[in-house]
Amino acid sequence: MEILVCARRVPDPAENEIKLNRAGNDVERDDLVYSINEPDNYAVEEALQIVAKVGGNVTVATVGGDDDEEILRREMAMGANKGVLLSDEVFGGSDGRGIATVLKGFVQKGHYDLILTGVQAEDGGAQVGGMLAAMLDYPFASLVDAIEVLDGKKLKVSREIEGGNKEMSEIDLPCVLSIQTGINEPRYVGMRGIRQVASLEIPTYGASDLGIDKASVGESAAKVKRDDYFVPALGKGAEILAGNSEEIADKLIDLLKAQGGLQ
Amino acid sequence: MTARIFAYIVHKAGAADDSATELLAAAKKINPAATPTAVVTGWGRDLDTVCQSLCSSYGEVWKVANESLAYPNAELVRKALVKVLPQGSTVLVPHNHFGIDLGPGLSIKLNAAFVSDVLGIDGIEGSFLKVVRQEFGGQVSAHVRCDVSSGVVINLRPGAFKPIECAPAGGAVVDKSGEVGALVAGRRYAGTIVSESGDVDISKQAVLVSIGRGIQEQDNVAMAQELAEAMGAAVSCSRPVVDAKWLPKSRQVGSSGQTVKPKVYLACGISGSFQHLAGIKGSPFIVAINKNPNAPIFQVADVGIVADILEFLPELTNRIREVKKVSV
Repeated sequence: MEILVCARRVPDPAENEIKLNRAGNDVERDDLVYSINEPDNYAVEEALQIVAKVGGNVTVATVGGDDDEEILRREMAMGANKGVLLSDEVFGGSDGRGIATVLKGFVQKGHYDLILTGVQAEDGGAQVGGMLAAMLDYPFASLVDAIEVLDGKKLKVSREIEGGNKEMSEIDLPCVLSIQTGINEPRYVGMRGIRQVASLEIPTYGASDLGIDKASVGESAAKVKRDDYFVPALGKGAEILAGNSEEIADKLIDLLKAQGGLQ
Repeated sequence: MTARIFAYIVHKAGAADDSATELLAAAKKINPAATPTAVVTGWGRDLDTVCQSLCSSYGEVWKVANESLAYPNAELVRKALVKVLPQGSTVLVPHNHFGIDLGPGLSIKLNAAFVSDVLGIDGIEGSFLKVVRQEFGGQVSAHVRCDVSSGVVINLRPGAFKPIECAPAGGAVVDKSGEVGALVAGRRYAGTIVSESGDVDISKQAVLVSIGRGIQEQDNVAMAQELAEAMGAAVSCSRPVVDAKWLPKSRQVGSSGQTVKPKVYLACGISGSFQHLAGIKGSPFIVAINKNPNAPIFQVADVGIVADILEFLPELTNRIREVKKVSV
């Protein structure tokens, strides 16, 4: 099975306190720790596990710039056969639809049975996978938390719905699935693994390579644009307990007693 | 803006989802003078019951009956909506597991803009709709403008729009079923697997010590268990702890896990994503312990402690044990 995984490099919210820059038009990006978007990493692991069972290849593609190569190499160190950078200055400022348009151009250059994305990016809206599927007229399922290959033509997939319940479906190939975290246990990537792929070439494709109409991508085509960032003033917020840790613990114990939190 | 506003109504067993009233509130924020139209897809008696129930709040209720829509398969629903919705419409959809399946693809097929997971609407400015979204797990918000001149699909965050009082709409059901025809999809529903209950039913606990990503390692889960034992509480968690397989799914609080109604909720190393908060009902006393002072959990907690839980939890456990010893 030929599998394409669409991945992104994002500031890792587990590693960063996200703050606004002085102008308020962006978050402060200077000291941010970037990593692969977490659900995308699960998607790559899932692709590797499928290929281990039924054969095939895993390609990881990202829309971005030179800095984004690092996540491609990381996923190649995990075992992906190929990393591809989709990069062109005309892609800058694309909204979700623009990114999906770029990915569609790449998909149509090759032949993929299965396309995976992460369910959502840290600064995104769980949208690119569903848009890409509609553009390609492929079936789509979001929030996928289990995949079983039934034969060369279809999959059995489970979607995570409310209350921990699972919605089961059969889906025809080729299709697009957005992958939920927890679907598997992504393998560890060590420095040694990264070094082994450090010199592999990463092909780069621009708009003309992908046959993309420049008017359909980038900032000028984007219907959705961010004006600015802000930190909302939300009610009074929590009363922050101050003092040394012993004092804080004692204050908290008093509060817990009053609220019935100590039984 | 004169575009017609449609609200896609999610329903189950003959009852409209809570989002039906939230979508109405959002529609009034887009245009206070608008008379939004409910669109309901489904089949059989349940569909008719839902349509009738919506007539008191929506001026018009479009019914799309089709046997293949008896279960809400987003691909089939999309194909039906593309046939009935007029060009340039504003379409509101709840941002839940169904809306995430439906919204993005629907926007492509309607050639409309798409804006996802919206939690505030500032209004219309020319051909732009101005909305509020959150990014980075709710650590920052963003003002977003969306060109709605060729229509828009808006996925609205569940719970973000409070239902508003409206005069009875006295609406009527309009049957649009005849415009749809036969529907086929590349994805076919094959059943629902209901979650298994675990060793502890967290939905029935009065006090929960809940852990999140801040617990960092499987071995540290014991810290929370010891604290819970000292307090007479049970341990629950947020999604990353289940993803890492450190606790079973039955311990997860959130929209994709359990809904809990404790008296006291101790959120330890939990950032407070809206999916997590959606699982906490009944206004408990929330204590948040997190080393990131910007964590959104501090906005909803009653009391906050900015600390590393790996240091603070054992101290708190010891202190509680001492206090209990004295009082015995």
